[in-house]
Amino acid sequence: MELLLVIIIGLLYAAGIYMMLRRSLVKLIIGLILLGNGANLLIFLLGKIVKGEPPIIGPSEKMLGEIYADPVPQALILTAIVISFGLQAFAIILIKRAYKVVKTDDLDEMYATDEDL
Amino acid sequence: MSNPYIVLPVIFQLFVAVTLMFSWTNKNLQKLISVVGSLIALLISILLLLKVNQEGIQTMQAGGWIAPFGITFVADTLSALLVLLTAISGLAVSVFSVGSVRNARIRFGYFPILHLLIMGLSGAFLTGDIFNLYVWFEIIIISSFVLITIGGEKAQLEGAIKYVAMNLLASVVFLTAIAILYGLTGSLNMADLSLQVAKVENRGLVNVTAILFLVGFGIKSAVFPLYFWLPASYHTPPPAISAIFGGLLTKVGVYAMLRVFTLIFIPDTFLTAVITIMAMLTIFSGAVGALMQNNIRKVFSYLIICHIGFMLAGLGVYSTLALAGAVFYLVHDIVVKTNLFMISGLIFKFKGTYSMRLLGGFYKEQPLISLLIAISLFSLVGIPPLSGFWGKLLIIQGALDSANILLIGFIVLGSFLTLFIIARLWSEVFWKDPQELPKKEHIKYFNELKPLKKQAMLASVVFLSILSLGIGFGAEWVMRMAMHIAENLMDPSAYIQAVLGT
Repeated sequence: MELLLVIIIGLLYAAGIYMMLRRSLVKLIIGLILLGNGANLLIFLLGKIVKGEPPIIGPSEKMLGEIYADPVPQALILTAIVISFGLQAFAIILIKRAYKVVKTDDLDEMYATDEDL
Repeated sequence: MSNPYIVLPVIFQLFVAVTLMFSWTNKNLQKLISVVGSLIALLISILLLLKVNQEGIQTMQAGGWIAPFGITFVADTLSALLVLLTAISGLAVSVFSVGSVRNARIRFGYFPILHLLIMGLSGAFLTGDIFNLYVWFEIIIISSFVLITIGGEKAQLEGAIKYVAMNLLASVVFLTAIAILYGLTGSLNMADLSLQVAKVENRGLVNVTAILFLVGFGIKSAVFPLYFWLPASYHTPPPAISAIFGGLLTKVGVYAMLRVFTLIFIPDTFLTAVITIMAMLTIFSGAVGALMQNNIRKVFSYLIICHIGFMLAGLGVYSTLALAGAVFYLVHDIVVKTNLFMISGLIFKFKGTYSMRLLGGFYKEQPLISLLIAISLFSLVGIPPLSGFWGKLLIIQGALDSANILLIGFIVLGSFLTLFIIARLWSEVFWKDPQELPKKEHIKYFNELKPLKKQAMLASVVFLSILSLGIGFGAEWVMRMAMHIAENLMDPSAYIQAVLGT
């Protein structure tokens, strides 16, 4: 399971960075999404994957007895997913607006910021 | 000492932002709420700093979860000082916005977002949890995304794409670093991490994580070779927004570096060498970049990069004196850079252009305002006894102690080039004979504004200029605080004890 995750994470990072290096705006966003997913899986992997019980203390017990899954990485991933969802939604609207105004999705054509005003 | 009120600067900004949303359609009421809210926020942060000065480090454990299990908020002197500076910049920009931001932008929620941005900044300075720091960073960048695009001009959108892409990338790198750090130590609390990271045996992996943090924060704070998004985007939004960006956003990255590289990762020779080389190249490329520019806002953008290099140099030298210099320079830089971008807005309102070639004769037309602007420009250059001088002096002293001659050379070169750039700017904008500029229809010139708007714009510039003079002349007081902060950064045991209570 770990090995599979490691390969997937590596692929996601590589694909994400490759996509970000393209000139197309849409590919830029796809790259960011892939990178974000890679990072989330990385948190999941590094939180130690164990086959255990959920971390719930029963009514008659005082502490966790069995091997349990660490809940913190899951909380982190949930937070990161929600945040990246918001940011990606913004980024997609931004490239749509930029495409309408600039009329190109090629980053090389976007040099209005370098013009001497 | 446990004190639940330390999150008040954060909660209060949220409160102001929500109140502003309820008066969405009434722009005059929004302006009033924003200015009054910023004033109260300033008061709160002054009280916080006084409290921390008197009683030492204050902590707050969210939800009563004992550290390191819950999220901790910590106000030590560095955090409280930066929260105060955020409030000062926030107040100045809020007042400046009253005079300069167009109604169309206010109707799309300019003021609420501004206060959410300030909330994010205060939160980032106060948190003591590395993942919580990530969350505050995201709040900062989503607010800044909205601010940089609000208005939707062509240059704004193009600048925003570069800004958004690089900042999202920085967040992913930061998140990756947090993931590895959690895998190594199983903790997220910064004070606890400080103890746990020291115990990790695999030092190679620790160094890799440190470099990931350096890259993540490096993109945010625009250091060489990761700064290219900054000059492509900071000159595109209205001057009020540029001011809060230029004053505070890159400085959060510097703060995060100061915190992480003194508390969690104690730099070894490899890491200090990397940071020092980055600092030297940042100073050089920022200064040379500024030389080539014609647009005054782009000149200031490159100068931000150049001066980030000074603070990074202080971290690279890694001694009490140099860190105190970096902190002092940070204080000076927040005030002056905020003011510079507001000044560029002021010049634009008079002349209708940012181009140095077209500007001219400003001193002849507006001698008093020119003198006011001169205060900030001279502070930026660091002419003694103005504020820019003392920070640099401390950093150079620290570098001398560690015999880092090359770094001193770059700092002196950077200062000299800054002087040259400002002298050129002064002669082009203020002393050169004025040219006939075509009247632009869509710009409201300064003389056409209502008196209240004129006063608002001038008042905020005067406020920050006086403050920058105050930092220069009251340098001893600031220096003592900076030394205290630097001592605490070099020896974080007080911080750790305050958080973990052991």
